[in-house]
Amino acid sequence: MRVLGIETSCDETGIALFDSEHGLLADALFSQVDMHVEHGGVVPELASRDHVRRLLPLIEQVLAEAGLESHDVDAIAYTAGPGLVGALMVGAATAHGLAWAWQVPVLGVHHMEGHLLAPMLEDERPEFPFVALLVSGGHTQLVAVHALGDYELLGESVDDAAGEAFDKAARMLSLPYPGGPHIARLAEQGDPTRFRFPRPMTDRPGLDFSFSGLKTHTLTTIKALEAQGALDDQTRADVARAFEDAVADTLVIKCRRALEQTGLKRLVVAGGVSANQRLRQRLDTALGKMGARAFYPRGRFCTDNGAMIAYVGAQRLMAGERDAQTMLATPRWPLAELAPPARCQD
Amino acid sequence: MTSLLALDASSSACSVALWMDGNVIGRVEHAPRGHTRRLMPMIDALLDEADIARTSLDAIAYGHGPGSFTGIRIAAGVAQGIAYGLERPLLGISTLRALAQGAWQRDGASLVMPALDARLGELYVALYQAEQGRLEAVMADGVVAPEALVLPSCQPGSITMIGSGVTLLDRLPSGIQEYVGTTLEDREPEACDIVQLAAMDFASGLITSPQQALPIYLRDQVVSSKR
Repeated sequence: MRVLGIETSCDETGIALFDSEHGLLADALFSQVDMHVEHGGVVPELASRDHVRRLLPLIEQVLAEAGLESHDVDAIAYTAGPGLVGALMVGAATAHGLAWAWQVPVLGVHHMEGHLLAPMLEDERPEFPFVALLVSGGHTQLVAVHALGDYELLGESVDDAAGEAFDKAARMLSLPYPGGPHIARLAEQGDPTRFRFPRPMTDRPGLDFSFSGLKTHTLTTIKALEAQGALDDQTRADVARAFEDAVADTLVIKCRRALEQTGLKRLVVAGGVSANQRLRQRLDTALGKMGARAFYPRGRFCTDNGAMIAYVGAQRLMAGERDAQTMLATPRWPLAELAPPARCQD
Repeated sequence: MTSLLALDASSSACSVALWMDGNVIGRVEHAPRGHTRRLMPMIDALLDEADIARTSLDAIAYGHGPGSFTGIRIAAGVAQGIAYGLERPLLGISTLRALAQGAWQRDGASLVMPALDARLGELYVALYQAEQGRLEAVMADGVVAPEALVLPSCQPGSITMIGSGVTLLDRLPSGIQEYVGTTLEDREPEACDIVQLAAMDFASGLITSPQQALPIYLRDQVVSSKR
């Protein structure tokens, strides 16, 4: 089955074609980051407007790259949530219009299930069951993945997502949005021994995260340094390093704990923050010591993309699942509410 | 036979219409927040009623705004998907022009000021006049504070004002209030008017590709303040 995947949940328009027999055929992405930079974050109305402009040209591009005609597409999958409702709506409406014209099934899928299964697009794929760390600007979650659609939430952030903490710390250091890559670059020059920031909620049992206290600690540190007139370039780099170390260590500690608690040996790391190299190095080291292994999607599939949506859609569409005639846009949608593929009722 | 399908979701109404060599059939539902649920079944029901296959449609049209930003995008997405999927032209039609068409065709008005409440104390507004059997724009679609509206000079009582913007009539400059003779307040843009305008444009060769037929919001200042 050849599935066209459409992702419009936030500030990237992602399109891909996945073939259940031949794997990924083509994918394309337009990132709106430059448009939102001047506002210090995503402006939902601007994001929605841009998705309308980008969708059809990207679909055309992906079909051309795959050397396919429209009648070669067997089904359409789109992100139905969670995300920005207006942005989701653009993908949902276009998907339903296209599916109606092509007379093929269409299915709205869960964005985080896409991230969760993005490593399945790689040659070395994890087998079920595994633990997944979903870590992005909107989510920090540990999930036990028993099978497709069988997800158990092990822990999540009680306040800010890790990526959000990166964005906020970046702003405190006058770095642009999105914060993750900029903090990481600055931290390269930082002295890891100069400051030590707290590893929140690691001193007590459980798999929940909290990054709000770390954010406050970072702000307090920066304010104090500013007051002393000591916030020079090296000090900013040292602060960035201390912050990045604290986030990476916290995530590693909880991942190790989740693997111990579940007895599983495979960890999938996905979402924008999974592109962070310090996090990857520390995870690989920590997991190696316990005979476990981490799986990551390739770089461009760590962040939002159409390929993961096409992949998840294909798994569910092949099982007979599909939308009725309602376009789905669900801004809040807990992952644990998902179920294994179900045949359409109508 | 030439067949066109039009849809509109720019207001709390959801409407679809078919044009078949001059015969128009349409459906309208009051569907606040229900466009995502109702639009596709309404299209199917309409084609069933007309006994037309989707592949025999010659062009698609939609109300490209102004109106609810989200509603316009739902219509744009569905219309672009259909037109691209069927490899047909897509015509974006002004919702203000559609309101004016309705006032002219159904209410016999010859000088029409369609006006929609744009919120934030503003109006989406235009002025159209029937000339030689068709509507021409005297003043192009725009967004303006009602107090600041400027019109060409008109006969007192000659204008028919149509749309939700009628509720802001008493905020228009007093001179303009005198031009308005008739008000049609409870009217929304409808696909049956859009499809007639689209058929005229289609016949005149005024067609665009699905990629080109983008929403026209009129209000482009959507970021209230910079950090």
